[in-house]
Amino acid sequence: MSKTGHEIRDAIARKELSAVEAAETALAQAQSFEPQLHAYIRLLPERAMTKAREVDARVKSGQSLGPLAGVPIAVKDIFCVDGEITTAGSKILENFRAPYSATVVQKLEEAGALIIGKTNMDEFAMGSSCENSAFGPTHNPWDLEGVPGGSSGGSASTVGAGTVPIGLGTDTGGSIREPASFCNIVGVKPTYGRVSRYGMIAFASSLDQAGPMTLDVRDSAQTLSVIAGHDPMDSTSVNVPVPDYVAALRTDLRDVRVGIVSEFETEIGKTDPDMAALYKAAYKDLERLGARLVDVHLPHARYGLATYYLIAPAECSSNLARYDGARYGRRVSGDGDVYAMFERTRAAGFGDEVKRRIILGTYALSAGYYDAYYGRAQKIRTLIKKDFDDAFALCDVIACPSVSTPAFELGAKTQDPVAMYLMDYFTIPMSLAGVPALSVPAGYVRDLPVGLQIVARAFEEAQMLGVAHAYEQATHHANLRTPVVTLSGRAS
Amino acid sequence: MAEVPIDIDHVARLARITLTKEEASRFSSQFARLFEFIGELQALDVSQIPATAQVIPLTNVLREDEVTPCLSRDVALENAPDKEGPYFKTPRILE
Repeated sequence: MSKTGHEIRDAIARKELSAVEAAETALAQAQSFEPQLHAYIRLLPERAMTKAREVDARVKSGQSLGPLAGVPIAVKDIFCVDGEITTAGSKILENFRAPYSATVVQKLEEAGALIIGKTNMDEFAMGSSCENSAFGPTHNPWDLEGVPGGSSGGSASTVGAGTVPIGLGTDTGGSIREPASFCNIVGVKPTYGRVSRYGMIAFASSLDQAGPMTLDVRDSAQTLSVIAGHDPMDSTSVNVPVPDYVAALRTDLRDVRVGIVSEFETEIGKTDPDMAALYKAAYKDLERLGARLVDVHLPHARYGLATYYLIAPAECSSNLARYDGARYGRRVSGDGDVYAMFERTRAAGFGDEVKRRIILGTYALSAGYYDAYYGRAQKIRTLIKKDFDDAFALCDVIACPSVSTPAFELGAKTQDPVAMYLMDYFTIPMSLAGVPALSVPAGYVRDLPVGLQIVARAFEEAQMLGVAHAYEQATHHANLRTPVVTLSGRAS
Repeated sequence: MAEVPIDIDHVARLARITLTKEEASRFSSQFARLFEFIGELQALDVSQIPATAQVIPLTNVLREDEVTPCLSRDVALENAPDKEGPYFKTPRILE
């Protein structure tokens, strides 16, 4: 069975394992799996080994160790890592070398983590399958013909394969939770404002959040404790205390009211009875642990998808205006003026989905249409947020589906963007409301893993992680089976 | 199918992206399905509802106006596609 981050860190502290050995093992496995998974855009062996030797020197000299000392991790290629190429999955940034590290990357390395590579992703985090990467798709370690989910598909795939215990992802409408569900791991989208976005390439700035993707809930709690907190470099990061999330982990659910969303249960019952049955069993498990189930309503959640597909493209069209070929990234000039350079650079540098969303967002913000589309979407966002406020008056956390299906086959939805967008039906409302949400392994449907979503009030990640931990420790779904990816290079 | 209100060529010009004819026609038909969803939003009465631009309880984040370390000019120019001395170089902007 794969080692978790806390197991690796403890073994290093007890001198049963060196950080160099941990890094070498992870790098060798990553290389061996790459032909099957293509989880990475770039491996960083030198960086990982340098950091590993630093950790081992600290162990040898008896210095204190960080909470992630010697733990190999993988970072989505949307985070700037000082001196390393950072592409966001796009041709337009193919040769962009980050001049500084994202705050979260800096915090992880200060905590002793070893970054072994930058993981594949949908271009600029726009997608739900990792197939929109300019560098080819990633595969699912539980079904090599299946997608890993997206946009944080590379991080999900490599953690799901057990190569590293911890990956870093970003979630704008479900980009951590959906791939976590598909790859049988834990994925946490923190409250908007909980984690700094400095050095994280922007997609939709009122929605983007960084979060951990891990083999178990304890590693997510530990990682979030490291990366959360106010950052003067990001004025939307909120200055509220960060609790010790590991200390908040619990093993029973006495006195916890768990909200079950009536509208979601109707929806999942219609779309997939097998999925509905799995979630019913999960709610029963929560009840057995002492939780009290209460019915709650999110009447406007059904408008989430349409609202999101106005707000997110609008923000993306504004954020991605910076890729113009003038200061960094790819340039296609030819002969002509600067406007011809902008238009050619962007035509050549962006893939289909990014172009689609920029066009849609530009339209939603354009003169004469702003009120009808973007303005209206922002008002409906208010209604969706209020739904959560009302629901959380009746319950402490919400339990609901993370996804409507297990992982689908590569290519199944690439010609139909709306079918792809629907993958985020159950995750988008939480993003619009800004509340924290996670996906935790909940069992198997048609032999593929599926996650349960736990949602909490803003800044109550401790409660959310506590509930997920109790559920995980009582069920151990992720450990009941093993992924199909093999070290020999062939699927078993 | 919902009617797609977008004049793709016009919007592409606003967005500074050259689209091929094939892209323009494919995006148009793909938008048609999306606008079936977006059309549902028109049914809600939101005249009394305030807009939410962002969800966190923060307004006017201020700090002392102090000089702190930042990227040097040389580092900022390292990724430039073209440069001349301390400047980014682009095709002509003015006639």
